[in-house]
Amino acid sequence: MDWAVIVSDAIRSGIGPVAAVYALAAIGLNLHFGYTGLLNFGQVAFMLVGAYGVAASVSTYGLPLWVGVLIGLGSSVVLALLLGLPTLRLRAEYLAIATIAAGEILRLFYRSSWAEPVTGGVFGLQRFAVEFYDVNPIPRDTYGIWLVRYTSLDLWALSVAWAMVLLTAGVVALLVHSPWGRVIRAIREDEDAVRSLGKSVYAYKMQSLVLGGAIGSMAGMMLAIQNQSVNPDSYDPVVTFFLYTIVVLGGAGRVLGPIVGAILFWAILTFFDSALREAIGAGYVSSEVISAPEVGAVRFALVGLGLMLLMIFRPQGLLGSRKEMLLDAR
Amino acid sequence: MHADLVNLTAEPGVAKPDPLLVADGVTRAFGGLVAVHVEHLEIQRGAITALIGPNGAGKSTLFNVLSGFDRADRGHWTFDGAPVTGRSAHRLARRGLVRTFQLTKTLGRLSVLENMKLAATGQRGERLVTSLLPPLWLKQEREIQHRADELLERFRLAHMRDEYAGTLSGGQRKLLEMARALMVRPTMVLLDEPMAGVNPALTQSLLSHITDLRDEGMTVCFVEHDMDVVMGISDWVVCMAEGEIAAEGPPEAVAQNPAVIDAYLGKRHDEPGTEHDHG
Repeated sequence: MDWAVIVSDAIRSGIGPVAAVYALAAIGLNLHFGYTGLLNFGQVAFMLVGAYGVAASVSTYGLPLWVGVLIGLGSSVVLALLLGLPTLRLRAEYLAIATIAAGEILRLFYRSSWAEPVTGGVFGLQRFAVEFYDVNPIPRDTYGIWLVRYTSLDLWALSVAWAMVLLTAGVVALLVHSPWGRVIRAIREDEDAVRSLGKSVYAYKMQSLVLGGAIGSMAGMMLAIQNQSVNPDSYDPVVTFFLYTIVVLGGAGRVLGPIVGAILFWAILTFFDSALREAIGAGYVSSEVISAPEVGAVRFALVGLGLMLLMIFRPQGLLGSRKEMLLDAR
Repeated sequence: MHADLVNLTAEPGVAKPDPLLVADGVTRAFGGLVAVHVEHLEIQRGAITALIGPNGAGKSTLFNVLSGFDRADRGHWTFDGAPVTGRSAHRLARRGLVRTFQLTKTLGRLSVLENMKLAATGQRGERLVTSLLPPLWLKQEREIQHRADELLERFRLAHMRDEYAGTLSGGQRKLLEMARALMVRPTMVLLDEPMAGVNPALTQSLLSHITDLRDEGMTVCFVEHDMDVVMGISDWVVCMAEGEIAAEGPPEAVAQNPAVIDAYLGKRHDEPGTEHDHG
């Protein structure tokens, strides 16, 4: 059992491009759930429209990449308005129902044969990220220290993705510490109180939904570009629940919560994956008990166990404040 | 007693010399139950009006309708001369009609100071784009903070300024809610049972805060079902029973009014021997 491999796998995953993408999507979700109290169970839908905005624009219609980015952002705004207009005046649960349904409807729609001429259906789309990698300033090689190494392509993708994460986190930090942020945090606590003080709760909830959704769509674009392909089935509801896990793990309503959460989530997930494979390989775990193909499922069970322990011993997440959490119980 | 109200007839729907809020034919029914049916009600500017009545008389429903938190089935009402029927709660608040709640709605995970600052109106930093540029709103924020600190001092909450509002006691929450309503700079405050669940020691202090509001020129209307509390501070009392206005008048007159006694004790209390109708 090679511990160096296990640890380096975990680190590579924790600071890799996928962790950055999840951090970005979780920042958007944190704005919804952690700050405004919106129960968005369809963050993956925003990632989907962002990813396909880029992929279909470039691959199907031959438009430049930056146009695709604008189309992706535009789609996420339209989606947020469609979801928000009928539900944000109602109680919180209605948004939850609408978003979880929208996520699945969109995935099924994008993979339908009817949409295949544009979205590629079940085959997805490829070859839309060429422009992105053409401007890669990093010479072709592998980079890194110790066993944690990335190809120049991955290094470029992860640098851009983490830069977006930091930039977005900075903007969110400015927002939530401004009077605007005070209003959305107040809405999380009690909508009627905010209404009685002359604020249009509906307008603020809509702004938060649009903004967090647009951040989610940027994450979707980055995921598509990093994979150099899109497929509707990678945008299934479980992604949203990973994002909730990340937000809760890091601490909901904390600017750095989603970033810390995403790094740890991917590091821990990969740690279990790698450790189990190594243990099976070294014969510590009999392949009768867990065979190599089952590792993928078992690691999620272990992550689930970890989350349960976290909820019991540190329900506020890693960066949350226990004092604040306990106030919630009233 | 308020000088303008001295010579009025004590009867339901009587016209006031300078009404701020006028309601006509306001009806609200829940299924078959008519919770509120108010033919005509005027609330005098600059006075303290108490809305009393037994539980289930429709006081809170009327409050909710007038403050935009519930819709009326019929009827119309004006505030400060402008028609505001069916206007949403936040628009009414911006016009100067601010309410508090029977179950206090302090924002637990915001600090006491943040609760106060939230309530200031016309904040530039509350707009999404300008919020990203602190130089545009920092000066205004300081002014708001100054005003908030003054009010916290007056309501004896200054020592709790930086604590989470969720740590306040029940009475302190009532005080905070009242102070927060003042941050909106209202012309009229609707207080929904300001004394409910407050210990007797704090009741006196709350009452004096209410009279202070009037003395500063605000119009106060509050819901209360305890008659004794009402007598001391009200200029005018409106009594509701079964959704309608049963009586109105100066506190002493209302206390003697048979319709009010009926409302509180049941209609047939003076007919010994008859079966009481509890339905």
